[in-house]
Amino acid sequence: MAPEATQETMDEVTPHLSQECLTFTLGAEEYGIDILKVQEIRGYEYEAVTRIANSPEFIKGVINLRGIIVPIVDMRIKFSLGEPEYNQFTVVIILNVNHRIVGMVVDSVSDVIALTPEQIRPAPELGSIMDAQLLTGLGTIDDRMLILVDIEKLMNSPEMALMDDAAAELAGA
Amino acid sequence: MTVDMSQFYQVFFEEAGEHLSNMENLLLSLDIESPEQEDLNAIFRAAHSIKGGSATFGFTDIAEVTHILESLLDRIRNGELALQKDMVDVFLRAGDILKDQLAAHQNNEESDTEAARGVCEELTRWQHSDESAAPASTAQPPENPPPADTDTAAEQRYTITFTPSSSPAEHGVHMENMAAELEKLGAVDILAEGSAENPVWRFALTTAAPEEAIREPFDFFAQPADVVIEPAPPAQAAAEEEQGYGFFTDIASPEPAEEEAEQGYGFFTDVDAVRKTAEEEAQGYGFFEKIEPPQETPPTAASGGGAGRRDVGQPKGDAASPGKRPSDKAATAAQTESIRVSVEKVDQLINLVGELVITQAMVAQTANKLPPDVYETLQVSLSQLEHNTRDLQESVMSIRMMPISFVFSRFPRVVRDLSSKLNKQVELKTVGEGTELDKGLIEKLSDPLTHLVRNSLDHGVESPEKRLAAGKPAKGTITLRASHQGGNVVIEVIDDGAGMDREKILAKAKERGIPVSDTIPDQEVWQLIFEAGFSTAEVVTDVSGRGVGMDVVKRNIIHGMGGRIEMESHSGAGTRIIIRLPLTLAILDGMSVSVGGDIFITPLTYIVESLKPREEDIKTVSGRGRVVYVRGEYVTLLPLHEVFNIQPVVAEPQDGILVLVEAEGKKVALFVDELVGQHQVVIKSLETNFRKVAGISGATIMGDGKVALILDISSLVRLSQG
Amino acid sequence: MAKSVLTVDDSASIRQMVAFTLKGAGYDVVEAVDGMDGLQKAKTKPFNLILSDQNMPKMDGLTLIKSLRALAQYKTVPILMLTTESSEGMKAQGKTAGATGWLVKPFDPQKLLEVVKKVIG
Repeated sequence: MAPEATQETMDEVTPHLSQECLTFTLGAEEYGIDILKVQEIRGYEYEAVTRIANSPEFIKGVINLRGIIVPIVDMRIKFSLGEPEYNQFTVVIILNVNHRIVGMVVDSVSDVIALTPEQIRPAPELGSIMDAQLLTGLGTIDDRMLILVDIEKLMNSPEMALMDDAAAELAGA
Repeated sequence: MTVDMSQFYQVFFEEAGEHLSNMENLLLSLDIESPEQEDLNAIFRAAHSIKGGSATFGFTDIAEVTHILESLLDRIRNGELALQKDMVDVFLRAGDILKDQLAAHQNNEESDTEAARGVCEELTRWQHSDESAAPASTAQPPENPPPADTDTAAEQRYTITFTPSSSPAEHGVHMENMAAELEKLGAVDILAEGSAENPVWRFALTTAAPEEAIREPFDFFAQPADVVIEPAPPAQAAAEEEQGYGFFTDIASPEPAEEEAEQGYGFFTDVDAVRKTAEEEAQGYGFFEKIEPPQETPPTAASGGGAGRRDVGQPKGDAASPGKRPSDKAATAAQTESIRVSVEKVDQLINLVGELVITQAMVAQTANKLPPDVYETLQVSLSQLEHNTRDLQESVMSIRMMPISFVFSRFPRVVRDLSSKLNKQVELKTVGEGTELDKGLIEKLSDPLTHLVRNSLDHGVESPEKRLAAGKPAKGTITLRASHQGGNVVIEVIDDGAGMDREKILAKAKERGIPVSDTIPDQEVWQLIFEAGFSTAEVVTDVSGRGVGMDVVKRNIIHGMGGRIEMESHSGAGTRIIIRLPLTLAILDGMSVSVGGDIFITPLTYIVESLKPREEDIKTVSGRGRVVYVRGEYVTLLPLHEVFNIQPVVAEPQDGILVLVEAEGKKVALFVDELVGQHQVVIKSLETNFRKVAGISGATIMGDGKVALILDISSLVRLSQG
Repeated sequence: MAKSVLTVDDSASIRQMVAFTLKGAGYDVVEAVDGMDGLQKAKTKPFNLILSDQNMPKMDGLTLIKSLRALAQYKTVPILMLTTESSEGMKAQGKTAGATGWLVKPFDPQKLLEVVKKVIG
């Protein structure tokens, strides 16, 4: 299946374009994801989440997002980043990856940054909580270091248990 | 200006599809001995329509087949050729070929030209089956046949010039009579009308009659010498054929005619005069070229012959003023009008209404929390709102409802072909064809139902010999019945065949290692045939018997359509297959239950009853968990909190509620904390953004905005068994 | 003011093609699905030209033409019969019924425009 052209591959073709990222924090690290995959950012309403039986712990359940049923995953649990807190500052990033809508809970959201290719270096093989396959590079801006993640690949990966195997195949996971 | 024809293709494909469908139905219901004239006409028109469209849009293969089909049908409807059963078979086959050709064009594929040619040849053979004379034109693209004299071998075209003896004042009546006489002989054209200055009339007459017969009508009006009958040159006719159109203009002057010859069209009257008249009308006055005397009798409406022949001139007044248009009798639509709407639009509409229902429920819920006096005032309006919303929903859902005849309609053909093939005599009866169900279900029902009917025909109904030996009539009956029963559509396939053999099925099940005891009720035995690969057929025919079908049928019905399937059978008497489908795919009537604070929806159609059990009715069966004694039987208890790993509020069944459900012939008692209420819910997909969850068939949004999960009863039942 | 044409044919695809072609050339076009519909529509407003197919349910082309000619406002309005064959018989019947002329099917948009222009300009 032909993969959708990601922002990254487009950058290879047109190197002079910069990439816009939404940055957020998980534990001690700061991450950046393609802004185009972000639909909206919401607060986390604990009571509004319907649990799904027999799912992994990091899948909190599903919510009603203006009439559509959307699963919510808590990345802090997924990557074992200590005890997650749910308060008025807890944020859910609603992603639209390949027409699937998923919400992910993070510690906080920072800002939207445009990164030029010069500001991006290849990601190291080790030292990250995420599989190197899912990373697209390291961005540096001022004195911040952003771990750039291919959020689509991450959400489609079997470890996230968001999709049936058949659907996963179709998505080219 | 170039017009892109391809924009009309889709409409043509749909149209042609409908015509073919119609044609097939009519053909199947034709009484070969004495066919209804109107049916024959309708079949002809269907073929004719397809021909016209296919030729216009360049689908020559289709045009070719329909051309011969149409000619043959024309002969039959005119009584020239007698209808025979084998002809109907060829017609049906031609219909199939046309369907394939249409599909090929639609999908940009190749169609089977061999098969098409074969059918064309067969049709042509039938076309000439009674002829010994020179053959008429065979399979040709539908261009017009060359000169008129090949229309029928004996017809000839004549030009008749005559000068009437009677005075001009008497013309009127005489002309009418004479014209009528001439018409009896054949097709008549007036080439030139006599007038006061030049009393000569010219006619063209195409007839097989001999010259004496042609002279007869003129006897009263002219001296024989004044009547000149000459064979007309066919060349001009041929030329006009080529151009494709013509006008009924004065053909006395051949040059303009030849010009028209290249054109493909023609006019009966002087076109310039007509246009001038139109222009003159716009300006409000104008002159006639010929002014008829005012006592010109206005033509009687619907007069076949006389009226149209003359250039009828009348005082301008009538025609010119739009204001004096005679008022329409209120166009009482004896026919109901319809609009074509795309399915996406309808689905979108249904979704939006679904959202409205949810929103309205949320409003109602919130209003409940208001202080009572405020709530009072809102009460009436809210009630009205709910009422309106429900009505709107029903209305919108009904847009997608179609009568089940759309599915049933293909079966006469299926049964006819198959019973022929299997050398069985089977009659198909359909009951309740008007029963409506959602369009989506109609599409999904077709394949499984076909399989069931074929199965009945193959394995259910016995051969004529066996039937007679068993004291039954040689002809078997398969009945398709549809009806509405309590929020469901019930479709039954009933045959009066041999019924299912319980012992054989049990034996086969054991062979395949399926755990069964000899004492299980009939209902459960019949359900065994839905196991994959299961077939007790002695002979595997290509129709059915490989055992690949029934499990797919069941899966389609249960998972694809949210329905259920049951069987009844009596050895020697027959079998009844009952399919229950929800009225729509999108809305569900459910009972909401609470387990550990979470709400789940149980589809109402599966619920047998709810009860609060007594402690003494609950027994433990070693190795199988607990059962409850209810109405004379022991039913397995399935605690939902165990299935879904939830901390329940209620620990013991006798403190909670049991919801008794039944699916696929088995009963299970769901143990929940409490019943919450009964609702009509809009089904939302869980799988759009998430994966399939075991035991859950979908989700919905409740009045408080929260998501509630809908239980998948069949899988829960299966879970409890194993 | 644009000239108006009434096209009567039970085939939707043909009607649409005719309507599209003529509208593109600046004519107003109204469609009718069979003879009876055509007659009703013809009564509701004046048309400069009527194009009528022959084989239609409810009321065929020839009957339509005859009925139109019986109406005061359509005595002289040009009516063209669209026919799949131009046999003498057909032509004669058409002329008898009162048609102004004929056009053979299948026709292409160019031809259609040519003929219409010739009749009503």
